[in-house]
Amino acid sequence: MTDSDDEPNTLGYDQARWSADETTYEPLLSEKNTERVTVESSLPDELTRDEVTLPDLSEPVLARHYTRLSEMNYGVESGPFPLGSCTMKYNPKFTEDVAAHPKASAHPDRSERSVQGILKIQHRLQEQLSTIGGMDAVTLQPPAGAAGEFTGILIAKAHHEANGDERTEVLIPDSAHGTNFASAAMAGYDVVNLPSDDDGRVDLEALESALSQETAALMLTNPNTLGLFERNITEIAGMVHDVGGLLYYDGANLNALLGRGRPGDMGFDIMHYNVHKTFATPHGGGGPGAGPVGVTNDLVEFLPDPHIRRKNGRYERHTPDHSIGKVHGYEGNWLVLLKAFAYISRLGNEGLTDAGAKAVLNANYLAELIDCDIPFGPFHHEFVASAGGQDAADVAKRMLDYGVHPPTTKWPEIVNEALMTEPTEIESKRTLDQLAAAFNAALSDETETLEAAPRRTAARRIDQVSAARNPRLSWQALDDN
Amino acid sequence: MTANGSPYASHTDAETETMLSAIGAESEAALFDIPEPVRFDESLDIEQRSERAVRSLVDGTLDGNDDLVEFLGRGHYDHYVPSMVDQLSARSEFLTSYTQYQPEIAQGFLQALFEYQSMLVELTGLSVANCSMYDAATALGEAATLAIRVRQADGDQILVPEQLHEGRRRTLENYLIGHDVGVETYPMTDGIVDVEALSEQIDKSTLSVYAETPTVRGTIEERLGLIGDLAADNDALFVVGSDPVALSLLERPSDVGADVVIGEAATLGLPSAYGMGTGLFACREDFLRQVPGRLVGASEDESGRRAYTLTLQTREQHIRRERATSNICTNQAWVALRTAMHIAWLGPDGLLDLAENCVTRARDLAGRVDEIDGLRAPVHDRHHFREFVAHTDRPAAALAADVESDGYAVHVVGEHEIQICTTETNERSIDGLLGALREAAE
Repeated sequence: MTDSDDEPNTLGYDQARWSADETTYEPLLSEKNTERVTVESSLPDELTRDEVTLPDLSEPVLARHYTRLSEMNYGVESGPFPLGSCTMKYNPKFTEDVAAHPKASAHPDRSERSVQGILKIQHRLQEQLSTIGGMDAVTLQPPAGAAGEFTGILIAKAHHEANGDERTEVLIPDSAHGTNFASAAMAGYDVVNLPSDDDGRVDLEALESALSQETAALMLTNPNTLGLFERNITEIAGMVHDVGGLLYYDGANLNALLGRGRPGDMGFDIMHYNVHKTFATPHGGGGPGAGPVGVTNDLVEFLPDPHIRRKNGRYERHTPDHSIGKVHGYEGNWLVLLKAFAYISRLGNEGLTDAGAKAVLNANYLAELIDCDIPFGPFHHEFVASAGGQDAADVAKRMLDYGVHPPTTKWPEIVNEALMTEPTEIESKRTLDQLAAAFNAALSDETETLEAAPRRTAARRIDQVSAARNPRLSWQALDDN
Repeated sequence: MTANGSPYASHTDAETETMLSAIGAESEAALFDIPEPVRFDESLDIEQRSERAVRSLVDGTLDGNDDLVEFLGRGHYDHYVPSMVDQLSARSEFLTSYTQYQPEIAQGFLQALFEYQSMLVELTGLSVANCSMYDAATALGEAATLAIRVRQADGDQILVPEQLHEGRRRTLENYLIGHDVGVETYPMTDGIVDVEALSEQIDKSTLSVYAETPTVRGTIEERLGLIGDLAADNDALFVVGSDPVALSLLERPSDVGADVVIGEAATLGLPSAYGMGTGLFACREDFLRQVPGRLVGASEDESGRRAYTLTLQTREQHIRRERATSNICTNQAWVALRTAMHIAWLGPDGLLDLAENCVTRARDLAGRVDEIDGLRAPVHDRHHFREFVAHTDRPAAALAADVESDGYAVHVVGEHEIQICTTETNERSIDGLLGALREAAE
């Protein structure tokens, strides 16, 4: 490697890179040793397969394999992770120990009376989330944010149908998360796109003309993906309710509002919470998360089955009268929910409110330090900067070389070459200063340098086109080629 | 740091002041653009606690659970999870990372997921496995909508067995809510599919047929090939439900005509987790562009070395929005990592031993339960995997309550039926269970 000498490296970063030869980094398990084993069983032959071929390796070899793979991966504890709309907070260590409690490990079909401890924590978490969101009741069942959206829209649908009111449309602003559109479509609704106004918020005129007796719900993120609070939220809620529609809150950006604003107070009827964002449970490389859903009193009877309630001093699994049924085989990602309960209980009112405040402070401070245009404001916990004449995706690749996980890129499309940035409350001033230096260094690098990036990560720039054109999705497929 | 503030925010008061003045803001509150009518000026009714106090709170609350030895299964199983899985999956580079949208800095997780996909390709015999759904129930729902998308001819029914876990069936129904498609049940006979009845029920309006092995009652399905033939004759997709342990031993789904395999992958990788799991999803290569969820593919980087990346993302919600194959974004990636680690730790011999033990343990325990007066086991004259149904002369609910008061949990699955599941994690309590059953059955 010759690229070390002439590179500024603000954060002094080089990712570990294990390399076996000219064509391979860490070899696959299958390349280390594979055995084909003939199946022998007490079952009749016709009920069994003939053989199984899998890696056959000792624990020391496996331990080294997975340790090396972990070294070629970047997490929140590796460095700054200002990925917009993803709220990459530090995941407090003690919550892992809480989730490893032997008594938390129980079968979901245990009798109510034998798992009163678990039911009580579920109930308390339902109440904590209700308080935080200003909602009347919460279900913990949806296993992720998108599952929460789907659940919420199913609740809206059940509500309308209970009124003998078959509605066909869900309204969604163009800047919304992709899951909103997909969740509404899964529930059988036609999606109506709402354009943003010049200020980046919901265009009230466009909303007025889109609303009708067909409107089942309006799905909103607030602050929206530009970090902007929908100032007209009370008016919007009134307009939606006037046509008999419901207002749905996408909780992806709830971190900005902790202790300072509650969706329930703004007129939202249904909301989901992303506990892997707002309540610091680990993202785990893509999951598991959890997406509890809160509703107002009018909608409680539509919640998924079961809903945990307290009766005569005991906790029970209650089937709401008009329940939408199930959105998960059991009761969702319990161990994740337990971590969220521990986090919320640790922070309490003061800690949660401070987390929101520091998240907004950090976004605003970082924005102040970086040399690029931020067309929309005032923003809260995140902002969307423009890479201007540079390609945002290339800028992001270059930021990797500075030891920073880059922002979300090229989205929302309302900002040219978008860099959607959310530092969260965890970063210190010192880290934000370094982060800003990484932004500014990348933004001022030559286009050729950006296009050649990254150079300090385990792998160099990866060919996405050939991955999609010639899909090789298993080690078996590699052998075929 | 701020007094009583978040312990995980890293600001001294002096730094906060410096930052505010750099922004030109008077206070943190001044940064919020929330109009007065919807501003929240009260206090959230949540008490702040020290870390130790939270631990005590959780410990004390979970003490409210009874100590029971669980003989429970029906889709959610407790196998021994090796320490290596716990310790290595907890490395923060894995646990605290995000979805691999920047693959160059996330090769480790991508490779582990690629290896997970590959293991499922081997176990199912199908050539595409995604890197997880939420659980078996949602995977079953996704398989049904896949059938709607890929089947050439229209249809309006999904066929499922009458003996099916309620959570799976009800989740499936919700996944179909946007379609004019109904879930219909076909009968089973003595614990396995009634193929003759199914053949009368299936027709050209059938989009897919779902069958499980092992079934929810623990029986091993014996006529998967015939079911596959019936599905193929009617241009219906054949969806098989299973889990990684059973798949290592039982007939390979690709050999019986399966188009899709779904199931509970976290049967390996997670202990009993109150229903939390990971959805296994594999299918034939023809359906590649219609697969729900994330896929990791191999490619090359600029140095010419093999590298991994999320691929075929134009199927997904962040690009395709309302025309996506699914709304799934966050999945169960970290559990999938653990499942892969667990399979690798077992190796082919270890996995097959575990699977064979699931057969023999259930057989042996059923034999011993059958010796008890007032109990008859197994109810179905079939081979079993991990669990079986027993008939009880006494009402099952009363019997199970008595057994529970002796410290053992079993399922009640009928007025006079209980279900018992055994693995290596509860086998040393079998004598105790039998004693409790003997006493309760009288």
